[in-house]
Amino acid sequence: MNTYPARFEYLDEIRDLVAQVARRGGFTEKEIYSIQLAADEAASNIIEHAYEGTTDGILQVTCEMQGNEIFIAMHDDGKPFDPSEVKQPNLKADLSERQIGGLGVYLMRKLMDKVQYESKPGAGNLLTMRKRRG
Amino acid sequence: MEITTQEFKHCDMLKVKGRVDSATAQQFTQGLEAITNAGRFKIAIDMSGLEYMSSAGFRALLASQRVCKRYNRGELVLVSVPERIREALELAGFTELFKTFDDPLKAVGNF
Repeated sequence: MNTYPARFEYLDEIRDLVAQVARRGGFTEKEIYSIQLAADEAASNIIEHAYEGTTDGILQVTCEMQGNEIFIAMHDDGKPFDPSEVKQPNLKADLSERQIGGLGVYLMRKLMDKVQYESKPGAGNLLTMRKRRG
Repeated sequence: MEITTQEFKHCDMLKVKGRVDSATAQQFTQGLEAITNAGRFKIAIDMSGLEYMSSAGFRALLASQRVCKRYNRGELVLVSVPERIREALELAGFTELFKTFDDPLKAVGNF
């Protein structure tokens, strides 16, 4: 498990971590980019929403291969932020009506096979994502 | 992330290099606003040196496109979009909102 200050300048390191694991796990470069993007969107949401208004939050990231799947877990102690409650953006809306929010969560769901979230009072929030190779 | 801008007669070319994410999107937005705040709304973004862009960058593009297209005074177009970034823009349904060009000269000539 890796621990990062919950600040945007650490997104680079989080993307590097998941890319390293995915590359060793035999994912293609296209898949690695998708995994990096999903991890970035997940971490960005935690920093922006779960830790909204704080600067000393901690983000714990676990990333490993489990069989032919990459498994990413992100734990935080911020406010509960359930991505499944985020409304899907209307991707057909024209320019003036296009919603700006919700895009990160939408991308996470499209790029990964499975995204799960649980919030336990006193134990923080846990987001897990999985993607199978190939 | 690095931004350079070049002023042409009929448009501005903004070249963005490196990575645009939640940490750098604000700087990217400022680069675009420097052009639009000067009253110039025809912008081509050269993405040939762009390695990565998250939805934070997409949001900046969307906000800037709205400013540029207001009153039909201009438009923001994308040039030399790397394959991975194009795929992500497509997934986000953004490709319909921006004209894209493979050749910077064609993009400039579009205005």
